[in-house]
Amino acid sequence: MVMVIVAALVWCGGWWLNARLANGPYADRGAVRLLVPVIFGVTLLLVWQLLVQGLQVPMVILPAPTDIAVAFAGNLSKLWADFIQTFVKGALSGYVMGCSAAFLMAIVMDRSDFLRRGLLPVGNFVAALPIVGTAPILVMWFGFDWHSKAAVVVVMVFFPVLVNTVAGLRETSAMQRDLMQTYAASYWQSFFKLRLPAALPFVFNGLKISTTLALVGAIVAEFFGSPTVGMGFRISTSVGKLSLDMVWAEIVVAALAGSLFYGAVAMVEKMLTFWHPSQRG
Amino acid sequence: MKTMVAVLTVLTVIIAFWYAACLPMNIKGVLTQAERAGAEVVPVGAKERRDLGAIGLVLGNQFAIAATWSQDRPRLPAPHQVAVELWKTTGAMVLKGKPMSKRSLIFHGWVTLSATLLGFAMGTGLGILLAVGIVHSKVMDMSVMPWAIVSQTIPIIALAPMIIVVLYSVGVQGILPKAIISAYLSFFPVVVGMVKGLRSPDAMQLDLLRTYNASANQGFWALRLPASMPYLFTSLKIGIAASLVGAIVGELPTGAVAGLGARLLGGSYYGQTVQIWSALFAAAILAACLVALLGVIERVVLKRMGMSA
Repeated sequence: MVMVIVAALVWCGGWWLNARLANGPYADRGAVRLLVPVIFGVTLLLVWQLLVQGLQVPMVILPAPTDIAVAFAGNLSKLWADFIQTFVKGALSGYVMGCSAAFLMAIVMDRSDFLRRGLLPVGNFVAALPIVGTAPILVMWFGFDWHSKAAVVVVMVFFPVLVNTVAGLRETSAMQRDLMQTYAASYWQSFFKLRLPAALPFVFNGLKISTTLALVGAIVAEFFGSPTVGMGFRISTSVGKLSLDMVWAEIVVAALAGSLFYGAVAMVEKMLTFWHPSQRG
Repeated sequence: MKTMVAVLTVLTVIIAFWYAACLPMNIKGVLTQAERAGAEVVPVGAKERRDLGAIGLVLGNQFAIAATWSQDRPRLPAPHQVAVELWKTTGAMVLKGKPMSKRSLIFHGWVTLSATLLGFAMGTGLGILLAVGIVHSKVMDMSVMPWAIVSQTIPIIALAPMIIVVLYSVGVQGILPKAIISAYLSFFPVVVGMVKGLRSPDAMQLDLLRTYNASANQGFWALRLPASMPYLFTSLKIGIAASLVGAIVGELPTGAVAGLGARLLGGSYYGQTVQIWSALFAAAILAACLVALLGVIERVVLKRMGMSA
């Protein structure tokens, strides 16, 4: 009971501190902008820990953060193997293949008006579909190892990147294209100097959406069959064994991998589209 | 018109390609069956054929081409097989007067759809509430918003099996666990979109309301909420597609009793490829209908509000 009261106090204290910081005179400083969400996160973790211990929530319902940390530290090699299997072999290779295929396809579609008219509605339609559903089929075709996971990822990331790239390549104004024409620029010259740079913000939008999709695809595909290693495999078997601390440790890995992946793509975007209004200031 | 022709051409090419792909995908299975039935196959013996190219096999055994499109458990079912299966499990069931039989995709689709809709409603409701809170309270904005954005880069769906099992162990089962996963997936897109929408009125419009001496409440109902509608609908469309994926994935770890996800899993356990494909298409049609429905509602609402572009 004491723990529960402490948890309530911690929550109020964290909130009060954040309220002071957010409504205080330094609210717009970078450090405070970073500090406030961190305080919120730490408060949440503390409350979680205290409530789980105070109310003696059994491990099979919700493990405490310390339990998760112990499971994480104790299974580092296992988690690393899962990470390599699912993220590097499955998600990353599929992501690279899918995105490059979609990019090339978008260039082809951009050159032919007929193809664009025909494929774009189809692509838009498919982009909204539950493509994870192809996982069982692709697992059947490509076997249980990472190849089938990469295949699912390819299908999942293809359409968002395609649709965004095609939209981006049409982003230049008639005036800009005319200017290139007066320079007597060839198709590829105006492509690399004008249209590709103009399309980059859109392309990266597609690439960023796809980072999450790639991980989702790789993990869900493992629910349909996998070798005895991998994040999705570990999650489903650990749930079966009711060792939820391991599940949460795996989720921590997935969260870290997902946000680092997204962050890496966003950083490349920042380097390549430094001129765009959304990146300045 | 030009677009129609182009789209139809593309669809025709896809279907033609699909039929063509059935040949190399299914030929080995067909030849093995044909050989067992006593037909003459070149080369003899499944073992001999194992390492040969599929296209060479098709050319060498042209009598088997028709059979690749009508196999019982093909690696890749032909389009008409999927269409027939879809009709058998939907329309034909209705005609027979038992649309809710366990073999009917309408039954499985409804199981998934009900979880999707319940979860979507919960997720959207909570998302809008949180967005209102974020717009009105600077503390909430600064502490919650970064986490809401970060959480979009996390494969939340990895939580699905755990949510199901945990809720099961505390005695909640049936539609609710799936709906919670759906709600979770549609929650964050709605929060992010709605916050953007509620912030979309520019300084000029906000100033105008101030000159009218409007309270924060009046400003919310008269300006911010209406201005957020286009943003809301955009994120609702993303949210409902995510909800459907959530409901389907939520059906996987329960051992698959009912629902489209169950059909997918059951099909993959028993090698019933036609069943997988028809469930996949049913899910696709369902998603398309839901998104289209939201699109229609969006158009009607925005038109009534005088915002249609």
